[in-house]
Amino acid sequence: MGMTVAERILARASGRTRVAAGDVVEPQVDLAMSHENAALVINQFLEIYQGLPREPRVWDPARVAIVFDHRVPAESAKTATNQKRVREFVARHAIHRFHDIRGDRGGICHQVLPENGYVRPGDVVVGTDSHTTSHGALGAFAFGIGATEMASVWALGAVLNVEVPPTILIDVAGRFRPMVGPKDLILSLIGQLTAEGANFRALEFHGETIREMPTSGRLVLCNMSVEAGATAGIVPADRETLRYLRDEAGVLEPMTPVLPDEDATYDQVLTVDVTDLAPQVACPHAVDHVKPVTAVAGQRVDQVVIGSCTNGRLDDLAVAADILRDHKVAPHTRMLVFPASTRIYRKAVELGYVTTLMDAGAVVMNSGCGPCLGVHEGALGDGEVALSTTNRNFKGRMGNPRSEVYLCSPAVAAASAVTGVITDPRNGGR
Amino acid sequence: MATVVYVVGDDVSTDLIYPGRYMATVLPTETPQYAFADDAAFNGRLQGGQVPAGGLIVGGKNFGCGSSREQAASCLKGHALVIVARGFSRIFLQNAVNLGLSVVTCPTIAAAPGDELEISEREVVNRTSGRRFPVTPLSAARQAIMEAGGLIAYTRERLVKS
Repeated sequence: MGMTVAERILARASGRTRVAAGDVVEPQVDLAMSHENAALVINQFLEIYQGLPREPRVWDPARVAIVFDHRVPAESAKTATNQKRVREFVARHAIHRFHDIRGDRGGICHQVLPENGYVRPGDVVVGTDSHTTSHGALGAFAFGIGATEMASVWALGAVLNVEVPPTILIDVAGRFRPMVGPKDLILSLIGQLTAEGANFRALEFHGETIREMPTSGRLVLCNMSVEAGATAGIVPADRETLRYLRDEAGVLEPMTPVLPDEDATYDQVLTVDVTDLAPQVACPHAVDHVKPVTAVAGQRVDQVVIGSCTNGRLDDLAVAADILRDHKVAPHTRMLVFPASTRIYRKAVELGYVTTLMDAGAVVMNSGCGPCLGVHEGALGDGEVALSTTNRNFKGRMGNPRSEVYLCSPAVAAASAVTGVITDPRNGGR
Repeated sequence: MATVVYVVGDDVSTDLIYPGRYMATVLPTETPQYAFADDAAFNGRLQGGQVPAGGLIVGGKNFGCGSSREQAASCLKGHALVIVARGFSRIFLQNAVNLGLSVVTCPTIAAAPGDELEISEREVVNRTSGRRFPVTPLSAARQAIMEAGGLIAYTRERLVKS
């Protein structure tokens, strides 16, 4: 019996010729990523060495990446002190893949890693962030872990006791209609699978629609795979992956895509055709509470958010700028834009998107997680409603349990910003 | 025998268990004060010492879905709670095991606040309703970490051997 991509990667990383779903392995880690919660990782890491006759040492500092993004610049003394501790640790342990609060190389971890070429096809990537699944877009096996598990990885260079997940194959055909795209596809899939439908499983994306999708769109699919509970979402690497890594991320070394065996065993096969897919919206307070935009059109919106590790990339900002050009954000609506990295922000400035968005009345913030998880800025008032291109809408997500969050694509968000109510972007936005 | 102190539904997210705005608080000694912070009534009972150690939270499917924030496990561990749920989200389950928070997967569990449950390796017996519910045991891989006293101790053992 053949292996899925997840199985092939985990077999290679565990030094085995083959593994199957359910096997327990201890894969070597190619990249270990943390953000501000590195402060907790450091705490747990030092605790491992308590009472041991040896100095704490990170197994391979070159394989550790730390990106400040959740609260940048620091919103409180507590965060600032945590960030300071992390900086001191990074200096002491010679961790060079450190992205501090800077305008030249900062951003959200799930964009900073791809655009710097830190993730390669076939890699095992772990991150202390559930959306680490994003990096499966480059053909890697990437999954979220807790801080203590990361401390263990820093010490040993391997993840202990990993169960090889069964894989669900998602086969996607058809061409998106205008104003419909990857975000609508993944929201629709999460609605079908439910929030726990892929729990303890991996998703592997195939089909002509995926082959023609740029890396930015594949990152959206893999980013939100975890919202169906998936351990990892994977797009097997192909010509587009290699193009992205060489041309946009500057990777020079040879790269080898990992493809599934022809007789790989899948837990389930889901076939989808996007030809007639409508823009989708996830309604409060669950990501799998998905409806076509027409079912919620007219819902008043107090705050529109475009950005995040899901939809803060250049093509997302281009869609928003196109729709908002020569229009204004509705008077009762606030619009906040968070580019996913400073590199994207700079390109958006050069291409005039930022000016267009500002002319429309949007506030373009610095790159970072922003209001997505309610820790930093852009909190909602009591009874307010947000429409956001981010990835979660759980109760209290944007900092207030007495508010509501709807999730959507950049096209739906931008069209709705103009009208101030949830709007189908296919009708010229109005 | 232990008492059910709280009953919650399906898909209880880590945003509900430990809201994001308290994530700058990281130390397991400090996180328990924010357990279910947006649920004023239950947080008040926890803070007011009205929930006994060993008290049971009974949950539905996919308990702990969402973020990988470990605070969601450490805040419950700090109150010495035991979570009995129809199912757990993968990352939450792993964090719980890594920190030594007691979690019991019981796919058909039904209980009301105040019920007395008797938990063994194979089943949960609701002494109040008289009903019995099978338990899905932790995988051997997770059991090994639990038995070592959590992942810090487990990793330390590995380091010593290496």
